[in-house]
Amino acid sequence: MNIFLVLEESGGRIKRVSWEALAAALRLGPAQSVTAVVIGAQTEALAAEASAKGVAKVVRVEHPLLAQYTADGFSLALQRLFERESPTHVVFPHTYQVRDYAPALACRMGQVLIGDVMGIEDGPVFTRQLMQGRLNGSYRHTGSGPCIVSVQAGAFRAVDSDASAPPAAITTFTPTLDAAQIRTKPGEPFRDSAQTVDLGSAQRIVSVGRGIKEADNMPIAQELAAALGAELAASRPICDSGWLPLERQVGSSGQTVAPKLYLAVGISGAIQHLVGMKGSQCIVAINKDSEAPIFEVADYGIVGDLFDVVPALTEAVKAAKQ
Amino acid sequence: MKIIVAIKQVQERDAPVRIAANGKWIDESDLQFAMNEPDAYALEEALQLKEQHGGEVIVLSAGPERVGTTIREALAKGADRAIHIVCDDLGERDGLGVARLLAAAIKPENPDLVLSGLQSEDLGLGQTGVVVAELLGLPHATLILHVEKIESGLKVKRELEEGWFQSIEMPLPAVLTMQSGGSKLRYATLMGIKRAKTKETRQVPAGDLGAESAPVVVLEQVSLPKKQKSTQILPGSPKEAAAALVEKLKTEARVL
Repeated sequence: MNIFLVLEESGGRIKRVSWEALAAALRLGPAQSVTAVVIGAQTEALAAEASAKGVAKVVRVEHPLLAQYTADGFSLALQRLFERESPTHVVFPHTYQVRDYAPALACRMGQVLIGDVMGIEDGPVFTRQLMQGRLNGSYRHTGSGPCIVSVQAGAFRAVDSDASAPPAAITTFTPTLDAAQIRTKPGEPFRDSAQTVDLGSAQRIVSVGRGIKEADNMPIAQELAAALGAELAASRPICDSGWLPLERQVGSSGQTVAPKLYLAVGISGAIQHLVGMKGSQCIVAINKDSEAPIFEVADYGIVGDLFDVVPALTEAVKAAKQ
Repeated sequence: MKIIVAIKQVQERDAPVRIAANGKWIDESDLQFAMNEPDAYALEEALQLKEQHGGEVIVLSAGPERVGTTIREALAKGADRAIHIVCDDLGERDGLGVARLLAAAIKPENPDLVLSGLQSEDLGLGQTGVVVAELLGLPHATLILHVEKIESGLKVKRELEEGWFQSIEMPLPAVLTMQSGGSKLRYATLMGIKRAKTKETRQVPAGDLGAESAPVVVLEQVSLPKKQKSTQILPGSPKEAAAALVEKLKTEARVL
């Protein structure tokens, strides 16, 4: 067993989702078989952070050309490392960055990334969601060579630092890279406009999905939000259609929220939405489809036509306040 | 610019999910199929690029005969011609196997740009475009909202997490996977539907592409998700259910 865990950082710290991926790696083999990998131009602090997690080894994949993420740079650097180390398994956190380069890396190694894994059973058999969360699939790696997986955010409990474990041995690997091999020129990250709504601090949120059908129907959700003293939010398709501004979008590409009450109206509950709200204290779902995945995370549900249920709920909330 | 748009036909979004007898996929009899929505955004971007810079938009889709309806929809929206990789066992191929088919069909066309949606709504692998780029030896970028043609190639707007974006410059030819929401989708016009009937769709049997390979990863079994929480479903008329919910939120959940 020779498991490699590729960590991702943000602002000089290892992202929490990387430690969730460590928990997944530990489902595949013991900590003594896990090597954590940090990548960049300056990785000393990242490696020190990783060495306290109880893993056997930490490798610093370091090169000036890895200062900023590029798919070409990261794929090449890891390809070189894995050619030397012959891992049995490679585990990534399933982030936007990983989905940008890990499939290409897997392809170069003659493999297929098993992406967005939410569960690992004996075998190993990897569970991932299909049909926008309405179906689960069990996947198995049947080829020879390394089994490469990425792990869904929130699916595993992040591993804490282990003060009792001896710090992992840290080594540095300098891949051979040439500037000409990096074909894309990335710019600095930016935001489109100043964020004026902080959904993250809202106590109550009414969130609208595709079920609302058209922009003209938005007021019925607005009225419910007003009655509850709640912020109005939405799933991606609503913001894509321009019915609410992007800054009110909840989900992996929008904001992550954890209010006391999250009331999902006409939201089916694709995983991209669920990761942004499943930490809410109390989740209510109103949907006409009793099989919608949103009901898998809801505390309370009403199965019915939102155009009947939401106005009735607005009235009931108003009545309860009097 | 010569642009190829890879489009997948998927089940309609609210299609019933019934597990097939072999337990490996859903029962597709009587289901309605539609264009994978992220791929519709890729098509829209391709059509807009053609309107600005001229060139040709070619639709590429793999699957059984029924895929023809989705191809005709793309032609009706303005694509110039289509390639249909006729393949009845798409679901038995892994991500690399499907990408090999697409890459083999793309290669002789020598396009300037290959676009697809960032993921499919059925399998949601989210990697076909990236692997196609790798197989073709082309640079790629994913989660793209906007594409601009510049002197040295392309400047694209890529979505990062939590509301951040990034511009990336890259040479052509290249492969991009498109995020939804970057532009407004057009409808097919009556004229477009009429014209689509005269446009060429070249059918290529998958076996003729010389791209067969044994799968490395296998989908062994599907199952319906287990609930993570025990959801209390509130029964009754909308009015009764609403009243019961408010009571629960006040006294049980204590969030009102």
